[in-house]
Amino acid sequence: MGDTGGRRGAQRGRKAQPGRAGKYELRPKGPAGMGSLSHGEDFQDGNENTAFTWDVKANNQAYNWQFKEKVFLCWHRQKYKTNVIRTAKYNFFSFLPWNLYEQFHHVSNVYFLLIIILQGIPEISTLPWFTLFAPLVCLIVIRATRDLVDDIGRHRSDRAINSRPCQVLVGKSFVWQEWKNLCVGDVIRLSKDSIVPADLLLLASTEPSSLCYVETADIDGETNLKFRQALMVTHQELTSTRKMASFQGRVTCEEPNSRMHQFVGCLEWNGKMYPLDIGNLLLRGCKIRNTDTCYGMVIYAGCPSVTCGLPIPSWCRAGSPAPARVPAAPSPAHPPPHAAPQIFLLLVVMSTALAMSFGLWMREFKDRHHYLWILYQGGVALESFFIFWAFLILLSAMVPLAMFIMAEFIYLGNSIFINWDQEMYYAPLDVPAKARSTSLNDQLGQVEYIFSDKTGTLTQNILTFKKCCIDGHVYGPDSESRTPKGNPYLWNQFADGKLRFHNEKLLRIVRAKRDKVVREFWRALAICHTVMVQEKDSERPDLPVYQAASPDEEALVTAARNFGYVFLSRTQDTITLMELGEERVYQVLAMMDFNSTRKRMSVLVRNPEGTICLYTKGADTVILERLHRKHSAKLSTEEALAAFAKETLRTLCLAYKEVDEATYKRWHQRHQEASVLLQNRAQALQEVYNKMEQNLKLLGATAIEDRLQDGVPDTIKYLKKASIKIWVLTGDKQETAVNIGFACQLLSDNIHILEEKEIVHILEACSKCSSNPLTKKGFPKFPPHIKLAMVIDGDFLDKLLLSLRKEPRALIQNVEADDSRQEPWEAVRDFLRARGLSMLWQNFGVQQTPTKSKDSKTRESPEVQRERAFVDLASRCQAVICCRVTPKQKALIVALVKKYHQVVTLAIGDGANDVNMIKTADIGVGLAGQEGMQAVQNSDFALGQFCFLQRLLLVHGRWSYMRVCKFLRYFIYKTLAITMTQIWFAFYNGFSAQPLYEGWFLALFNLLYTTLPCLYVGLFEQDVSAQQSLQMPKLYVAGLKGELFNYWVFLQAIAHGTATSLVNFFMTLWISWDTAGPCSFSDYQSFVVVVALSGLLCITMEVILIVKYWTVLFVVAIVLSLSFYGVMTYVTQSYGLYQISPKTFSFLYADHNMLSCPSTMLVILSNVTLNTLPVLALRMICQTLKKPYPKEEAEEEAPTEEIFTVEPIPHLHRGSCGRRSSYAFSHYEGYADLITQGTILQRPQEVSSELESDSPVTSEEELLLRPNSSCWHFRKLSLGRLRHHQGEVSFEEMKPSSAMSSSSSVDRQSAVNSDNQGSPTKKLPAAMNRASGSFQKLQMVKKRPLSPKQRPPLPENLLSTKEGSVPLPKERALPKKHQLSLPESQPQPSATKPLPLGQTLWGSQTESSEEKLSPVSTSVPLGESQPYISPKEPHASKEGTVVETLPGTEESSL
Amino acid sequence: MAMNYNSKDEVDGGPPCPPGGTAKTRRPDNTAFKQQRLPAWQPILTAGTVLPTFFIIGLIFIPIGIGIFVTSNNIREIEGNVFMYYGLSNFYQNHRRYVKSRDDSQLNGDSSALLNPSKECEPYRRNEDKPIAPCGAIANSMFNDTLELFLIGNDSYPTPITLKKKGIAWWTDKNIKFRNPSGAESLEERFKGTTKPVNWLNPVYMLDSDPDNNGFVNEDFIVWMRTAALPTFRKLYRLIERKSDLHPTLPAGRYYLNITYNYPVHSFDGRKRMILSTISWMGGKNPFLGIAYIAIGSISFLLGVVLLVINHKYRNSSNTADITI
Repeated sequence: MGDTGGRRGAQRGRKAQPGRAGKYELRPKGPAGMGSLSHGEDFQDGNENTAFTWDVKANNQAYNWQFKEKVFLCWHRQKYKTNVIRTAKYNFFSFLPWNLYEQFHHVSNVYFLLIIILQGIPEISTLPWFTLFAPLVCLIVIRATRDLVDDIGRHRSDRAINSRPCQVLVGKSFVWQEWKNLCVGDVIRLSKDSIVPADLLLLASTEPSSLCYVETADIDGETNLKFRQALMVTHQELTSTRKMASFQGRVTCEEPNSRMHQFVGCLEWNGKMYPLDIGNLLLRGCKIRNTDTCYGMVIYAGCPSVTCGLPIPSWCRAGSPAPARVPAAPSPAHPPPHAAPQIFLLLVVMSTALAMSFGLWMREFKDRHHYLWILYQGGVALESFFIFWAFLILLSAMVPLAMFIMAEFIYLGNSIFINWDQEMYYAPLDVPAKARSTSLNDQLGQVEYIFSDKTGTLTQNILTFKKCCIDGHVYGPDSESRTPKGNPYLWNQFADGKLRFHNEKLLRIVRAKRDKVVREFWRALAICHTVMVQEKDSERPDLPVYQAASPDEEALVTAARNFGYVFLSRTQDTITLMELGEERVYQVLAMMDFNSTRKRMSVLVRNPEGTICLYTKGADTVILERLHRKHSAKLSTEEALAAFAKETLRTLCLAYKEVDEATYKRWHQRHQEASVLLQNRAQALQEVYNKMEQNLKLLGATAIEDRLQDGVPDTIKYLKKASIKIWVLTGDKQETAVNIGFACQLLSDNIHILEEKEIVHILEACSKCSSNPLTKKGFPKFPPHIKLAMVIDGDFLDKLLLSLRKEPRALIQNVEADDSRQEPWEAVRDFLRARGLSMLWQNFGVQQTPTKSKDSKTRESPEVQRERAFVDLASRCQAVICCRVTPKQKALIVALVKKYHQVVTLAIGDGANDVNMIKTADIGVGLAGQEGMQAVQNSDFALGQFCFLQRLLLVHGRWSYMRVCKFLRYFIYKTLAITMTQIWFAFYNGFSAQPLYEGWFLALFNLLYTTLPCLYVGLFEQDVSAQQSLQMPKLYVAGLKGELFNYWVFLQAIAHGTATSLVNFFMTLWISWDTAGPCSFSDYQSFVVVVALSGLLCITMEVILIVKYWTVLFVVAIVLSLSFYGVMTYVTQSYGLYQISPKTFSFLYADHNMLSCPSTMLVILSNVTLNTLPVLALRMICQTLKKPYPKEEAEEEAPTEEIFTVEPIPHLHRGSCGRRSSYAFSHYEGYADLITQGTILQRPQEVSSELESDSPVTSEEELLLRPNSSCWHFRKLSLGRLRHHQGEVSFEEMKPSSAMSSSSSVDRQSAVNSDNQGSPTKKLPAAMNRASGSFQKLQMVKKRPLSPKQRPPLPENLLSTKEGSVPLPKERALPKKHQLSLPESQPQPSATKPLPLGQTLWGSQTESSEEKLSPVSTSVPLGESQPYISPKEPHASKEGTVVETLPGTEESSL
Repeated sequence: MAMNYNSKDEVDGGPPCPPGGTAKTRRPDNTAFKQQRLPAWQPILTAGTVLPTFFIIGLIFIPIGIGIFVTSNNIREIEGNVFMYYGLSNFYQNHRRYVKSRDDSQLNGDSSALLNPSKECEPYRRNEDKPIAPCGAIANSMFNDTLELFLIGNDSYPTPITLKKKGIAWWTDKNIKFRNPSGAESLEERFKGTTKPVNWLNPVYMLDSDPDNNGFVNEDFIVWMRTAALPTFRKLYRLIERKSDLHPTLPAGRYYLNITYNYPVHSFDGRKRMILSTISWMGGKNPFLGIAYIAIGSISFLLGVVLLVINHKYRNSSNTADITI
């Protein structure tokens, strides 16, 4: 899905502009083309249907209105509708019929209607008509009310959307009109960040070549920017409002359809025809980005617009309160229905059995009972058939109709409690928690996997300069008390005052200017970076505003700036600093860029004095080994680094050296040579760089804090204690992710971190074992005490997730919400099939699951096995960190876990890049306020902070789960306790289906007499208080294991109910046997009264016993319920009603008569006691015998919490490494090139200034949103995506051997990693678009000239790629990549790369010595035996084709 | 995005506004109800609370049971008012078709229902084109044996015991539920146009000579119409009122029961019984209730002991009671 739009845009762009040059990104089909299937269909459909029957003329309503379409017979209507959208289902008149129609789509409603109809047949009518009618009517009324409220909300939101303003060309000028007034043919003007109101033909924009950037997140969830472009002719001609007004183009195109990636049309203007495609079209719901103003002509308006056939975009159904998702099918009562079919089955079986018994008795009745025989006219078979139905009606009360509706209330109530919780209110943003979906509360109590985004979710995405170590001296922040009031940086006019780091001593030293090392330290920070200075801040025009490629850099440069070393500006070859008031211009001789192999960057400058200096910053491991041998501060710096690492600060080492002129000359020569190399240039350059970066002098180290959100480590700690597995999925680099993992205590030093290579080994071992069916679960046995963690990255996943991506549809089907109300009983089947089984009912599927897995085991492909093994392995890890994953991969990971483990997954994220993941997981949690609202809008629960998750899960989730379970159990008990007596009674009335209870009692029993306590259990019950829940996370485990409701509990409830009914019936029966006198209850009515009242009291007694949280409300509920019984019994047995209808109210004064006898009371008392006592005793015994909850928590966890103070346990496989490097830098290479080539230093030429002058709408929203739409998630998106195209190539031979020789674990780890990602090719300056769109524009303009050689492949190739979304090694792709990344170089011949290496085990060649030791890897022949990494033929052929995007697109997708 | 998000705010009320966007804070109210902190009593079922309950219940139930049992067994000497029952066994008065086969409107004196009985009464609704009063299978199968009791005194001349026909039905039945058709005329007139049930010997207005006990309000009829819950049942037939405090109502001696046999029960293996019983505060003789109480009391006691033993053995773990659900 993620790629289709972008690719489409690219394709389109290429067609339109064949001369466009620039850096092309190789774009194989994205992984798991979620949309690729549909995309393929699009093509087929599109080819069939290209008749241009849609005819629109600009600025000519008369013309457009002439079209009519035939609706019915001779009734015609306007062909083109206005732009009104209606998402509301009903209007005033249609509500009742339509809603009823919908409601009777519920099988349960139909069932009960059927039963009610059956009751109308006297032959089989057993219950009075009202017994089922009353509850059904109640149910329908309640649901209808809810639908009505929902629909009113939708009406309101429709109104809000329809009355949005937009500028329409009327006459000669643009006037504001509401959306709904738009008509086809209107020319409208849109400004930046406005939403496209209808499907428009883009006519012109203020951007060069009338480009227009759009974000289609609301339509397809993709967050990358795409661009659309106007036709050249309109771009050139329509340059003013006047010209727009006279524009008379006529568009003919296809009818509106749902193919959003396909559009064929034709613009006819001034006698010429111009072809149109999707690239010229702005779809409704897109958002205009980075484009000041654009102009379009409405082609499709209103709901027949292109987007309307799609799943309604989120904005379109803004009013609907809950995001639709299938596991949370709109009816929140989704768990209870799963009991219904079982009960129904039971019911049919019992009815059949009873009917058969009746058949046996029938003969006797007919022959012998003279008073009865005449009542039976039919034959035995016929009468038995009638009796079957009669029993079905009689026992239909067993199907708990009321349970569904009550469950809805309970779910709703629990959601409201979440909204009300003050503890989850985030004051700084004024955000309370919000349960947007009301149907997932019980699942909150069973979450087993949490998938968390990192940036903005775990961290605040604020990097602060925390500490530094200069020349061996550590300067930390001054303690609070000593921190002077006011800003200590006031002396510095360039200080931005944002630096929180205050250290008076350091400041004094800096200002004294005496210490050379300190001076060079700050100078290094101010010089050695790739930060750009943006245009001046409007408030403080003198202050520079930095635009950094990574927040780390920004933090460092900002720190330098506050300490008086102000980076003022840069040109292609100079850097201007203001050093403590003195302006100095450094000449940049070389910039040696950062990349993850080198882990350092250096800048070679000539200072104003003429000395040549090299400033280097980088990972401690890399810098320390390049130091000059004799170094005094090295040791203390290492200590400082170790200390920083313990505090999980991100460290960088700074070093410098002075280079003498001659050395530089020589080096420069070699540098020049290397940089014009045609082959292996990157490698050569790296070698040259490495030459220079030797014998450095250590300046010090910096420590940057990636600030975690409040309470994150604690939250994670508690969640882990609750046996919840937490996976961090981030687009960040591995080092950063691991560092955060340590910071939030997901990882600790005593956890064995599995890396990719190990995982591969394990999986291989596993696949071997699984191929042999005898040895199951072939995991290498990890000793249980070893804690495992896993760190993997996107490429690895790509190779792993093969099978999942093959069937993306299956995975996404629960993302594609289908609004049709899932019917309980149908839902069961779907549920079991589609995995969305609510965990409450998971155990009901127990029988299905093993059989399913059994036969799937035999057929399952190696990929599937591999995936299963991976998931099994990952689930044994304490923590899993996936770095450099794309949003789509995030979703795939979630889907992967869901596919192989029947667990409840929760995804939490804050940004648009998390939307896929949030939608895929069972429960999506969006963090409000950080990166825009997209995550929240797609989530089920919106929170203000990550730490609220703890309360959401451990308190609300657990409570909800417990409440729902208790409720279900109690409800089943109570239903059976009442209805089973009917069966016992059947044995005494000749199986004639005589009802035992009075109709009214049955009708009101579930409605009034027992509802309130049930609701109380479901809404207010607390087994332990919130505080205890939080303190004892172990309690949560009950939910994970489904302890509170499973088959066993269900059977218990059934048994209990049956026992109660048995006791009530038979005790009463035996006692009544011999009774005599006025108080005898041997007559039917009295008997019924006693049994019914006993049952009711037993049930009430049971609820009294199970409720652990007695409040006034509960007492009120109990009292009210019993008074309801009293009042309703009095009313229905009163003479007034008897007179009206003796048949309906036949129990005249029955209760009154019976209850006035003391003996009746005694009987009831004995019944209740006999029911309650043994159950109570049994519970007491179970409770006493049950093992006490382990209370180890506090003591056991203590050492791990204090892990940093304890001597670190040596890593299991790393052995030698005593100190963990905390180097982390969220930075990608490529920026230095941009700087040295001057690419991003140039300002774009504003085009179409005339247009802009019209009336640029300065939107406040833009300002508001700027921080939200920060580059970071864009970057993650795109770089993750870029990376896996490159990762298949192994670059060992380019890698400096020194980098490999490091024995440090992290180094090795990243070395392995870097095999995948250490591409020498330049990546685009992804993050640069933070500065607003200007960078993008810039590059668009800059890259215009394009040599024909570099032209991307023809579109035919693209078509063939639509299926093959598997990023396997690409031999042809690779060289092209090189070629494209180095625009000035010549294209290289194919297959220069040693491809086989790229296909083998993931980059493990570097560790060849280990490889040889491992029997597994050596014994496995490369290629075929590793099906999931070896390229398959069909794929390979497809993979060969290359998808490119224009740099502009790629960047905008960043 | 801004537009989108503002409008959503209005509609949804959900997504947060930027700080300061709204003057009113959205902080949830800090009420005990909303914060789920209502003052509550959390009953914890521990041995300390449950064990005494068992013993107390045992201690209460056993004496009650004994009391009931003794009372019940004491109902022997025929003193006080004596109730005379007839019993039928294997008679399914609770059969669904049978139970339904009546028309309460007709029985309540509704004149239209009298002449046009409910369909429920089929096939005992009409006979020879006349509506049956009372219609239905229940009425049709009314018990019509006559029981007469004689005391054979010393003089071997049987003295008939006065059997009271009235006062055997529920008061509410007799006075509210069952009514004769209204009218000033004689009962026969009021039932004019109807015919007797097929099996009856006499029409309904000839059930008794006493006008207060005739027609639909005939108590024998009312008693019969109050259908039994079980196939073996007894119904009150007559009352034998005590005449004076000094003499037993039925003094010891030989009695002679004269049964006018009208009611066939052989076909379905039925049995007829005649029961004489006095009643106490808790109704008639009912040994089972007493036994039940004694049993429940003993069970309770026993459970208490079992619990005590178990609890004693596993005492240490009882403090986690609040966690178990």
